[in-house]
Amino acid sequence: MHDRRIFVKRGAVALLALGFAPEFLAQAAAAATRRRKVLVVVFQRGAVDGLSMVVPHGDAAYYAARPTIAVPRPGRDAGALDLDGHFGLHPGLAQLHALYRNGSLAVVHACGSPDPTRSHFDAQDYMESGTPGVKRTPDGWLNRLIAQRHDAEHVGAMRAVALSSRLPRILQGAAPTLAMTSVERMRIAGGGATGDAFEAQYAAAADRVLRDTGRETFDAMRTLRGVESRGPATAAGAAYPRSAFGDALRQVARLIKADVGLEVAFAEAGGWDTHVNQGGSTGQLATRLGDLGQAIGAFVADLGAGMQDVVVVTMSEFGRTVAENGTRGTDHGHGNAMLVLGGPVRGGRVYGRWPGLDVASRAEGRDVAVTTDFRDVLADVIATHLGVADLGPVFPGHAWTPGRRLGLV
Amino acid sequence: MPLLPSRGPSSFIVLLATAMVAASLGAAPPRDLLDPDTAAHVAGRTSFGATPDLVRRIQTRGLAAWLDEQLRPEASPDAALDARLARLPTLAMTPRTLAETYFIPAQERRRAAAARTGEEAAPIGEPMRMEAPGPERAVVVELATQKLMRATSAERQVEELLVDFWFNHFNVFAGKGPVRLYVHDFERTAIRPHVLGSFRDMLGAVAGSPAMLFYLDNWQSSAPGTRTRRGPMGLNENYARELLELHTLGVEGGYTQQDVVEVARAFTGWTIREPRRGGEAVFDPRRHDTGRKTVLGQALAPGGRDEGERVLDMLARHPATARHLARKLAVRFVSDTPSDALVARVAARFMATGGNLRETTRALLESPEFLAPAARRTKIKTPLEFVTSALRVLDADVRMAGPLAQQLRALGMPPYFAEPPTGYSDQAGAWTNGGALVQRMNVAVALTAGRLRGVGPPRLPEVDGDTAEARAMAMAEALLLRAPSPATMATMARARTPEEMAALLIGSPDFQRR
Repeated sequence: MHDRRIFVKRGAVALLALGFAPEFLAQAAAAATRRRKVLVVVFQRGAVDGLSMVVPHGDAAYYAARPTIAVPRPGRDAGALDLDGHFGLHPGLAQLHALYRNGSLAVVHACGSPDPTRSHFDAQDYMESGTPGVKRTPDGWLNRLIAQRHDAEHVGAMRAVALSSRLPRILQGAAPTLAMTSVERMRIAGGGATGDAFEAQYAAAADRVLRDTGRETFDAMRTLRGVESRGPATAAGAAYPRSAFGDALRQVARLIKADVGLEVAFAEAGGWDTHVNQGGSTGQLATRLGDLGQAIGAFVADLGAGMQDVVVVTMSEFGRTVAENGTRGTDHGHGNAMLVLGGPVRGGRVYGRWPGLDVASRAEGRDVAVTTDFRDVLADVIATHLGVADLGPVFPGHAWTPGRRLGLV
Repeated sequence: MPLLPSRGPSSFIVLLATAMVAASLGAAPPRDLLDPDTAAHVAGRTSFGATPDLVRRIQTRGLAAWLDEQLRPEASPDAALDARLARLPTLAMTPRTLAETYFIPAQERRRAAAARTGEEAAPIGEPMRMEAPGPERAVVVELATQKLMRATSAERQVEELLVDFWFNHFNVFAGKGPVRLYVHDFERTAIRPHVLGSFRDMLGAVAGSPAMLFYLDNWQSSAPGTRTRRGPMGLNENYARELLELHTLGVEGGYTQQDVVEVARAFTGWTIREPRRGGEAVFDPRRHDTGRKTVLGQALAPGGRDEGERVLDMLARHPATARHLARKLAVRFVSDTPSDALVARVAARFMATGGNLRETTRALLESPEFLAPAARRTKIKTPLEFVTSALRVLDADVRMAGPLAQQLRALGMPPYFAEPPTGYSDQAGAWTNGGALVQRMNVAVALTAGRLRGVGPPRLPEVDGDTAEARAMAMAEALLLRAPSPATMATMARARTPEEMAALLIGSPDFQRR
């Protein structure tokens, strides 16, 4: 188990060896690395139906299994937006379709976890710990990832940020991370003296958990001071939807543009657990997908040329049943689609091996079979985009080698 | 006043345990006097926030008598609270009256407006947030208000803690469709009457509640091929899965996907008449799957609605259920990492009493682990506990909780708006992070300055003393009920006003634990 004290000590020793005080170093590093690579992880909590998000319109079994909720074939009224003649995007994802066509969006289908659980809670836990089937992993893989890179180039309070009011499992662990809902909220009311007094209390706390959290918090507030004065919050033409997810991506873009040292960001979108009246091209799920596509589209427009250093990956705990259920929805399934987009992405392609949807090809006769481990998708991005060579500590027990590379980035 | 100075903690616990055994056997209650730190610990864990008054009461009454009184709330009426709650009219309304008074007229207004602009109106069923506009907002605001009023001012604090615990265990989300019509009714009829009664009764009341039937979609689940007015309908597994995984056995409780399907089939026909108009739960035999079923290896006798009841019987008395519930209770009341011995003991009492929750709770609160010095200040307060404990110790009344619920939303814990069926976490990892910590400090500043909306003015303790240090110490002891850490003390002593002094204490690391 990681020990935060040891981690911090190790980090501090590294910094002292370089002859810098940490605050100065943070600023110097931020100024020096204008081309900082950023990974944005989007978690679709509740298990998105990957067969509506990325429609296998060339698979007749898809239409047979879904008499009322299938998305029509491309070319038909409200049909899927064709990708490669076999797959198409949900019509609500027009912005993402444009990214696919300009080569910056890749799709990986039939992804998932080797663990067969259909519990939201367990499946999310495994996807966030990065250790399917192992419950005792104390930390999340995104935390272990940034712990892997703790050198002069990678310091500061804003390296890893979740745009949420609670710290998600994926970012819990030894390395300092921050959860916050907005730049504006990260300040102490009552003036500088009150803030200084609180900082002194937390810095001296015998309580390690609160002392560490307090230090990260005050460091982050110092870094964020002045972000608002660094240019407009959003670029012209970046139309974020007025939703929690849209707002989260807007905040991520703002942090990237303000160059506060962000390396990984985590945002989540909820409402995917569509057991009832899921809808097809329109309806409940279409509304959620529309929000997802608009928010990501706005994010790309907002960052503009900055997207050359950014990769966004979407994930969800599992897919849903191939067949629609008795209430025009879908129940908990297995394989699912992941989206990978950004400047460095070799997009315009659907990756992965499609297992087919006929009953004999399904997992347990009901779900999309998993042909690509979700960790292989993430490993590809981490190794190539972020340049992390040793993935053993990030995904312990997962035998990833460069030979398994998908070539997404 | 140091009590029992010559005794170590372990002999003290033995003495307490002996006293409690004696009390439960009907002997005259001994004067089980608690030292101030133990009394403050008991006060903090058996209420939504320790106050000097509560600590004194526990010391005067004695621990056994205090717990006994709290575990028999029916014997102590709380007229003051009842009078305050009576001023919230929506609380006394049935779901149907709520629908007719608030939701249906609002829906019709929206529909008329949409017809004018040619857009489609969102039905009752679209997700709703706490801050949704319109007259319907009164319903969720009064709901949050009653929760915060009860948490901050109820005399029967253990009952309120248990209502909170069990609601969260059987979470429903007020933002999902007509669930908002039923949430108050759910808490009032399915949860509250049973928290010190029978687990089986609570499980049954929850299973048959419109709130849960809608939230986990069972109301539409039907035998495959059932014809309804809306076309053919079939099975939905959502409730069955959460019943097994979350409500009873636990995720490692030994059930299979096939069990999930069989349980779902047993509950077909458990539905709601007119859910969008606040209608009641009913059993519809036309939707029920009459085929043979086997659950956890046991054949289920054919019996319509009764099949679901038999499944609940089976689950309620299962040892995995006892362990699952015992562990959750221990995490809530004792420690994020309770010992296996404690969990086993509480689970054994659950099994031995047929799922009697009064006795199960008693086993927990009378355990040596609950009182042990090792358990003290190990729990990080949840946002709700942080807010209520600050309000209680500052004696600040909850008036109308709209803005306060917004604060809880910013802290990550809006009441009745936890979306997943797992409810809110009871463990520190979920609640210790930068954004939330800043928010806690800001709540402390606003509350002590009398600027927290929806809340009456705080009553700061009288702090007399010749020096700033003496005044800071008096303030800290009145609000924290023990000496603060040196850093907290030092910053408080430099405060310019009593309000700032109190803010620095409420926002301090010392106050974040219970």
